[in-house]
Amino acid sequence: MLSRTAENLYWMTRYVERAENMARLVEMGARMSALPTSSGHRSEWESVLSAASAADSHAARHAEITRESAVEHILFDRDNPSSVLASFGAARHNARAMRTALTTEAWEAINDAWIRLRRFSAAEVQGERLLDFASWMKSRGALFRGAIDSSSLRDEGYDFMRLGFFIERANNTARILDVKYYLLLPATEQVGGGVDHYQWTTVLRATSSLRSYHWVYRGEYRPAYIADFLILNKLSPRSLAHCYEMILQHLDRLERKHGRRFPCHELASVAFARLNSWTMEDIFQEGLHEFLTDFISRTNDVSAAIAEAYWYGG
Amino acid sequence: MYDEMGPAGRPDDPYRDIREWLNATDLETLRRKSLEAETLFRKIGITFAVYGEGGDPERLIPFDIVPRVFNAEEWRKLERGVIQRARALNMFLHDVYHRGEIIRAGVVPADLVYRNAAFEPAMIGVDPPRGVYSHIVGIDIVRVGPGDFYVLEDNCRTPSGVSYMLENREIMMRMFPSLFARGRVLPVDDYPTQLRRTLAGVRPVKSQSDPTIVVLTPGAYNSAYYEHSFLADQMGVELVEGQDLYVEGGYVWMRSTGGPKRVDVIYRRIDDDFLDPLCFRRDSMLGVPGLMDVYRSGGVSLASAPGSGVADDKAVYTYVPDMIRFYLGETPALNNVPTFKCADPSDLKYVLENLHELVVKEVHGSGGYGMLVGPKATQAEREAYAERLKADPADFIAQPTLALSTTPTLVEEGVAPRHVDLRPYALVGDEVRLVPGGLTRVAMRQGSLVVNSSQGGGVKDTWVLAE
Repeated sequence: MLSRTAENLYWMTRYVERAENMARLVEMGARMSALPTSSGHRSEWESVLSAASAADSHAARHAEITRESAVEHILFDRDNPSSVLASFGAARHNARAMRTALTTEAWEAINDAWIRLRRFSAAEVQGERLLDFASWMKSRGALFRGAIDSSSLRDEGYDFMRLGFFIERANNTARILDVKYYLLLPATEQVGGGVDHYQWTTVLRATSSLRSYHWVYRGEYRPAYIADFLILNKLSPRSLAHCYEMILQHLDRLERKHGRRFPCHELASVAFARLNSWTMEDIFQEGLHEFLTDFISRTNDVSAAIAEAYWYGG
Repeated sequence: MYDEMGPAGRPDDPYRDIREWLNATDLETLRRKSLEAETLFRKIGITFAVYGEGGDPERLIPFDIVPRVFNAEEWRKLERGVIQRARALNMFLHDVYHRGEIIRAGVVPADLVYRNAAFEPAMIGVDPPRGVYSHIVGIDIVRVGPGDFYVLEDNCRTPSGVSYMLENREIMMRMFPSLFARGRVLPVDDYPTQLRRTLAGVRPVKSQSDPTIVVLTPGAYNSAYYEHSFLADQMGVELVEGQDLYVEGGYVWMRSTGGPKRVDVIYRRIDDDFLDPLCFRRDSMLGVPGLMDVYRSGGVSLASAPGSGVADDKAVYTYVPDMIRFYLGETPALNNVPTFKCADPSDLKYVLENLHELVVKEVHGSGGYGMLVGPKATQAEREAYAERLKADPADFIAQPTLALSTTPTLVEEGVAPRHVDLRPYALVGDEVRLVPGGLTRVAMRQGSLVVNSSQGGGVKDTWVLAE
């Protein structure tokens, strides 16, 4: 496969996943700021913006943070490279640049969504339709993944697309956790009241994990469990461990196809081994924030090493 | 004015099914279907870009749902003429880059060839595989009467539009399956297979036994990008950009996830000037440095060969009937439009005096840019154009405005006659192949003769009926 095609496929799926995650973050922000006892709208949207890596670009455009400015910036601002519109536009541009590597179903899923997305305006979704918009965006992401899953050849292009999804998702889960990590420390369990309870559930909501969490932990919200579910538990489709399980699976398939092993394999194996052998106590011991920061940088290293191995010449 | 559908009742009427369908379908249904077709085009992403205008960078070409039809006899004549022309043009190209017999014989003036901007000195003495220079020849044809076809121009470099021929058919079959139910319409869908076969057939001397073919595109911002990706996809070959290729050890390689992969045949959709910065334009970012060296030493094939443009120049065009007689010893099956060469002082005088009834074109222009349609132009436009003519007469040719045939077309007023042309595509490799069909372009405005998509023209599905 052409190196450029592989690179485009990888970034196409990363961008779709990112657009979908941005919609989730906005949904999380809307729910958190709706809580009567929350510590103020501003700080909620501030943490959402920082989870969206958009705090700086927001500050450059707006003097203060309001619900409207944050929603507009994360969803529709083209000057924010991670906004839903910018990410999805980039994904669609990549898709168009390598139509030959995409099935008709996958192309139509992304092109249809783009045609519709371009027509939305910030004003249109600011009010009551915000959650509708978020779920529309999630459903487009699901449709796109489904189209790829049900129609793509299982060739290396498929592996690169799946790598894109899981690298982006791992990073996103880690970022959401890092923004709210202080809520999940064991100490808050004692001081935690009603507000924290809601805050925890919003973290679960932002990762579409609320119901699955109930099934796995039988009801009780405990910060340590929530952290466990999103970090170490392979049952959770958005956990760091599950993402790395998938990343390794696709790297192994690429290794078999090319008959070569690259540094990206080692880096990913080491990261996965940590997730496999550590317990939540170990992580709290190291420091949750420190663990997450380290994890995000490891994931960026894996991504750079994939590029080095397969599209910058090995 | 000749309407191709005309009244009912002529023998072997190609439009019989279309007439019945139009009679049985009300206007509202046709309009709804037309909108559905547009949605399909947008959904599939069949778009093109118009240069220098801003606005939506991905535009749709208006698609007319009323097909244009030829019966078997009409098509036989067209096919013979197109194949004949494609062969003569390739023999001409081989000749001008070798001994130049046609010039020595005094049939074509030397200046017209050797001082032509499209003449490529780097090609002198080069022997492309099977002696083929132009592998895909698009011939633009108009019609003025029942058996009266005229060639308007030849396209020997990289004629575009074939993806529309294929997609128009695909969409018609999806939307009107019953129209095809009688099984009389000959299929065009094996064009990509034939193209692949043609390209494999001209693999270079030093080729791998199973040649690697690629389509070379300038990139996603090019106006014909959809077509490039469509053809690569349909042939099952990689769509590459210049940055994906490099030259090493006398071969061309493509950067792949599994390391370098050797390339044997390049169907290039970028202009000569941009192919190789070491040989042509030094500032080209689209090409592959060193490509021409590999090409000349038989390490890779290029379709079309650099320098093929010298055969489709609008001034060289006037000599194509002579080429057919000279190389093939045959009578041309298709006529040229009588053409005035403004380089000739007496022709120039006539053109200047008769601007109001002539079409004037730039010799090196394409896509309908920079032409003057005399009868449609204002006095001021004609005067301004006359000044350009006088300044550089050799840059222009002029032709009488032909009474182009019309076919029924769905427009605002209903179904009405509109002017059309036709571009069939000849594939030249080990043999010359032609799929039964082509691209019909239609001027959507009443009375307009300009069919170019860049000027608001539309397209139609083109049917050739079985015997």
